[in-house]
Amino acid sequence: MYDKEKDLIDAFLRGQMDRRALLRGLGALGVTASTAGVLLNSAATRAMAADFDWQRHAGTGVKLLLNKHPYTDAMVANLDSFKELTGMEVEYDVFPEDVYFDKVTAALSSRSSEYDAFMTGAYMTWTYGPAGWITDLNEWIGDPDKTNPAYAWDDMLEGVKASCAWNGRPGGELGSPDAKQWCIPWGYEQNNLSYNAEMLERIGAEPPRTMAELVEVAAKATKDLDGVYGIGVRGSRSWATIHPGFLSGYANFGEKDLNVGGDGRLSAAMATDGSKAFHRQWVEMIRNSGAADWSSHTWYQVGTDLGAGKSAMIYDADILGYFMNGGGNAMAGKLAYAPFAPNPGTEAPTPNIWIWSLSMSEFSRNKDAAWYFLQWASGPEHGLFGARQMDFVNPVRKSVWADEMFRERIASNYPGYVDMHDVSAPGASIKFTAQPLFFDLTTEWASSLQKMVAGEVGVDEGLDQLAASVDRQLKDAGLG
Amino acid sequence: MDASLIGAPPRRPSAARRLLPYLLSLPALLVCIGILVPFFTAVYYSLQRFRLSQPWNRGMNWGENYLAFFSDPGFWNTLEVSLVYTGLTVGIELVLGLSIALLLQRRTRLNNAISILLLLPLMTAPALAALMWKLMTNPNFGIFSYFATVLGFEDFRWGSSPDSALFTVVLVDVWVYTPFMMILLLAGLRSLPQQPFEAAALDGVPRLVQFWRITLPMLTPHILTATLFRMLESIQQFDIIYAMTQGGPGDTLMVFQVEAYLDFFQSTNVGRSAALLLILWAITFFLSNVFIKNWLRLRERAGGEA
Repeated sequence: MYDKEKDLIDAFLRGQMDRRALLRGLGALGVTASTAGVLLNSAATRAMAADFDWQRHAGTGVKLLLNKHPYTDAMVANLDSFKELTGMEVEYDVFPEDVYFDKVTAALSSRSSEYDAFMTGAYMTWTYGPAGWITDLNEWIGDPDKTNPAYAWDDMLEGVKASCAWNGRPGGELGSPDAKQWCIPWGYEQNNLSYNAEMLERIGAEPPRTMAELVEVAAKATKDLDGVYGIGVRGSRSWATIHPGFLSGYANFGEKDLNVGGDGRLSAAMATDGSKAFHRQWVEMIRNSGAADWSSHTWYQVGTDLGAGKSAMIYDADILGYFMNGGGNAMAGKLAYAPFAPNPGTEAPTPNIWIWSLSMSEFSRNKDAAWYFLQWASGPEHGLFGARQMDFVNPVRKSVWADEMFRERIASNYPGYVDMHDVSAPGASIKFTAQPLFFDLTTEWASSLQKMVAGEVGVDEGLDQLAASVDRQLKDAGLG
Repeated sequence: MDASLIGAPPRRPSAARRLLPYLLSLPALLVCIGILVPFFTAVYYSLQRFRLSQPWNRGMNWGENYLAFFSDPGFWNTLEVSLVYTGLTVGIELVLGLSIALLLQRRTRLNNAISILLLLPLMTAPALAALMWKLMTNPNFGIFSYFATVLGFEDFRWGSSPDSALFTVVLVDVWVYTPFMMILLLAGLRSLPQQPFEAAALDGVPRLVQFWRITLPMLTPHILTATLFRMLESIQQFDIIYAMTQGGPGDTLMVFQVEAYLDFFQSTNVGRSAALLLILWAITFFLSNVFIKNWLRLRERAGGEA
């Protein structure tokens, strides 16, 4: 690198110059914006190496188990920086999401030491943690000898960070002082409203702000737009149907999945009047304005239908709306975003979140080296690289969200996205009760929802049956 | 015979010769171990309270998992769905397979070519076939949804509705596996002796009577074999149902294998999953025995008559 460019970037990294001045300066030296990004990343790698012995595990290596995802793509694109920084080798296996978690379960339950670290969701750690398959990362985060001083753990968004920590007690509060850090947040999704701005304009509707408005606008879109249905939400017989828009809306009305008694016993909380009212509204919305094949819709169908112009809105992961607004999607450039608080009595959205995180296998033979990878992959430099140059959204670090280059890029291409995030982030966290029967109970909840939408059972009766079944299962497992 | 050998002690076989029987049976022994170890492991797990997410709770419960099934409506639903699915698929495939085999019975070039072409669905992996059908029945762009609309079935929801989900997966199963029935029965038909048919033709016996009185009885061992193979596979169905509906909507298509899979991989409930699979094994064992006994009886009768 030429000295002048190097001096400019070093000054920027020391905080002596803002981003505009840096870009102006580099521009004057004939450096394009994309080259500037590469130079900046390279300089950041050098800066990281300055205060910490990144070479301690040089010559060793780690093996990762990864899900096919844009976060993985961003990491792979920047992997040479890690190798250069640490002198370590990185091997990885990437699997599509349909089979990914089966691979993780198979690897961990067989106590295989093949993989040192892997991608996971926070919900999965409620199984992996108590089973003794993953490591409590507090030991590494709090060790100044093993963790770069610039790692800035407190830079992580609070709700996201807390959602990855659980004390292992069924019903225990996430992020409590005695919680174990089962995973490190990597990238996350809030559940909000993504909509086709052109379609809503065509039918003369504003983006809905409450549940009642959502039902109304979705019905109007279904009626007025030929071949389009109003609202895309998930419906497959899976726990994944419950956690996005459904639980976000449900939680916004103050409803819960489970009650935690004073004695720590758990009981079903989905047969309340408030819950029944919400379910009735949700079921009606799907019947009137959902996809005809709703009961088979996973995130994939929800996203692609929005991208293909088959649906007018989705109440699902914000990054689904993000990705559908680019690439070769028919509706690219026509989508917009809105924070969504379905309960008119609340001020702000309270989205449930999905967090793609990184965990360390308890069976890894090289945990210190694995931690080096984890802290690099979840560190501020890689977060910034991914956010600025790749599709590593949503970042989990406050500093990345504050980055002007990232905000400008998003704001110019994804109208309303940054505002939606900023408004929703304070209330964004996992709204489920952490407990080991999570997948059983939420899958059954999804199954009940399918029966209600199909008219096999009434909403009130279905919820009473669900609550009875949940209570029975909790009791059988010694939790209720 | 050489006189010098008379009264001599028999020569001891060499070590290699003595070991030969054991060496020859070794592969069978290894296969047997390979089957029996997982089987007895599953039996052991099925008698435990064993959930991977609650290792502290693990312990023998001596059959509680099985007893719990009696009061679990989900289990009875699984049993019913599995049996109905098996009955429908095997029944339809048998009738269709036999009909096609009868049509192709004469050895002509055209019939041979058609029978090979009809085998193509069987060469498709069932999971892929299910995904293909899922696309073809998509309400937005699926060709079958279009045909359903043309035929007056507006808003027909295929696998997405509890009313038509079973019909949809049975349709896919029939598409994939009817050729299997057809080829086995065709081979059976073509191997039947011709004399009874020639004699019946000389006597002027109508074709339908020939079918009921000669073809069907003589074909019964082949029918039983084909039905047994299909039944064993059908009651253990997983890929078509899981790929199309994951056992839904609701619990409409929750068959044994899908439920056991979800119990293990999603709920990490090893004990319940193993118990479910052992019940499935018991059902298949019982049905296989019934079929094999009947098959042997028919063979003996055929041998006696001959």
